[in-house]
Amino acid sequence: MTNPAERVTNPAERVTNPGYNYAYLDEQTKRMVRRALLKAVAVPGYQVPFASREMPLPYGWGTGGIQVTASVIGPDDTLKVIDQGADDTTNAVSIRQFFARVAGVRTTERTAEATLIQTRHRVPETPLREGQILVYQVPLPEPLRKLEPRETETRRMHALSEYGLMSVKLYEDVTRHGRIATSYDYPVMVEERYVMAPSPTPKFDNPKMHRSPALQLFGAGREKRIYAVPPYTRVRSLDFDDYPFEVQEFDTPCALCGSSGVYLDEIITDDQGGKMFVCSDTDFCAQRVAAAGDSQGARDPQGAGGLQ
Amino acid sequence: MYVAVKGGERAIANAHKLLAEERRGDPSVPELSVEQIASQLTIAVHRVMAEGSLYDPELAALAVKQARGDLIEAIFLLRAYRTTLPRLAYSLPLETGRMTVRRRISSTFKDVPGGQILGPTFDYTHRLLDFSLAATNGAAPAAEPGPADPPAAVPGVVDILDRQGLIEASAPADPERPIGDLTREPLNLPAERDLRLQNLARGDEGFLLSLAYSTQRGYGGSHPFVGELRVGEAAVEIEPPELGFPIEIGEITLTECQMVNQFKGSKSEPPQFTRGYGLVFGHCERKAMSMALVDRALRGRELGEEPNAPARDEEFVLMHSDNIQASGFTEHLKLPHHVDFQAELEQIRKMRRRAEEPSE
Repeated sequence: MTNPAERVTNPAERVTNPGYNYAYLDEQTKRMVRRALLKAVAVPGYQVPFASREMPLPYGWGTGGIQVTASVIGPDDTLKVIDQGADDTTNAVSIRQFFARVAGVRTTERTAEATLIQTRHRVPETPLREGQILVYQVPLPEPLRKLEPRETETRRMHALSEYGLMSVKLYEDVTRHGRIATSYDYPVMVEERYVMAPSPTPKFDNPKMHRSPALQLFGAGREKRIYAVPPYTRVRSLDFDDYPFEVQEFDTPCALCGSSGVYLDEIITDDQGGKMFVCSDTDFCAQRVAAAGDSQGARDPQGAGGLQ
Repeated sequence: MYVAVKGGERAIANAHKLLAEERRGDPSVPELSVEQIASQLTIAVHRVMAEGSLYDPELAALAVKQARGDLIEAIFLLRAYRTTLPRLAYSLPLETGRMTVRRRISSTFKDVPGGQILGPTFDYTHRLLDFSLAATNGAAPAAEPGPADPPAAVPGVVDILDRQGLIEASAPADPERPIGDLTREPLNLPAERDLRLQNLARGDEGFLLSLAYSTQRGYGGSHPFVGELRVGEAAVEIEPPELGFPIEIGEITLTECQMVNQFKGSKSEPPQFTRGYGLVFGHCERKAMSMALVDRALRGRELGEEPNAPARDEEFVLMHSDNIQASGFTEHLKLPHHVDFQAELEQIRKMRRRAEEPSE
């Protein structure tokens, strides 16, 4: 039996994890992904097919985002990984450890310190700045998929900008429910050309994508698609003049840091109907608590408890 | 007090320790060796190699051990390893007509040149639990040796027996057209037969079995016969450009199935028997036969058949055949989704408030 470590090509780059190339992917694969990324940046909102590889994490668990991150990461980067807005959810921990191991990269929980942020289901509350890259994990990149299951059809619809079906769907929502009944993965129009899935972020985060100074990259591993929103690109949530797009509003501020106008998690505290609302973005919450000093006492906002 | 479903780092480390403990099982029972798995659970190892798309019995056996016998998990391990390997060379097309046949049957002809060879098969065993296997001291009775010099090459039944052209000829390869590889290029639809066959060869045995079965029950029927099913060892050759002639680099076990199907003809094609093809790493007859049936069902565009059944629907079959994609995405529902769930909660509360408001 051959020793797996001996099968790997580039001995110069075995430093971080013997047996694998820097950032796991081989250089040819990274080049292939970067070519797809360049095309995606050149045609904002367009889904570029790419030869997605099997990753050591399962499909549906962020393989697209991981391949994008692996292709753009370098030793000077500082990586932040969030899932549901939190740095310490299990899958975020797992992906952060993966890159710490295969890319030897510095990691952080601070949005402001990160050069590269991989996310699932949220855009950080702290505004992003120029030079930062936000990598989204995308399960279903096709915004029209629930309306038309066939890829051959949806590709044609995008080519012809034939988005009538989407308007009809939103209109049917209004007639049936009195409002557009999509609360996450809310479709957006990018640069008035391509309808795009923002990934399953709550629609609360859609406005943050509009003219963001950061580069936003989207990777869908299982579906083998990459797309992008370059900095300062227009991103408009689909709506009607008389039924304008609106985001979620919460009645109470965060129970830990007191922020309002942020996205909150509803935490069930007992079996008597007790609940509290706290920031979904753990870093934002911790920064706010720290800034408020110890007037609240030394509370450890989101580090309390945990899975054992 | 608020206890978040967070703090994953320690939880993950502990979970992995528990997993290792469960994998080992009762420490008073001797540990399974990779060699034992490779030589005694061969069919499991073969399935892992076939769907893992990597011919390496030792690594596949290691994957089976690491995965605690969960074959889809083992296939995943092998795939994730395979994807990191460099491509050193491309082999020449395998000459399955020259393979050393250990088993070879045809149901379309009573006897065939080279003979029907039953070989090591579960067929015709009575499925009675053999309690003597529960004792571990038994050496298996030795099989009687075959003829001293078995036929060196046993050509394919279907190719040699149809001289009247009633069975369609195998399409010759087009040397101008490169053969697709869906592990290097994303699959674009509609796909040609090379990519369809590659997809099926890597596809989940259970999925293909059910699709094949559905064609037999009337969902896109193809009236099949097993023209030939063979299991044996074939040589793998490469032709390094600096040498200019082929050299043999090893031998792999393969299962090949040529399915022959009735075809009443269409606007473009005369009535004739048509073919479906299955080729799988290792000894995997069920998979090879299922693959051949589904391959035939997917040839509708070429033969003028309507895509009116699941097995005939190329996009449906090819997009859902991969068990690593399917299990990953199905099981990702275990990941936290509370941000989206919160969005839906808020939505449904608003909708209910609106429904409860007195109408004007």
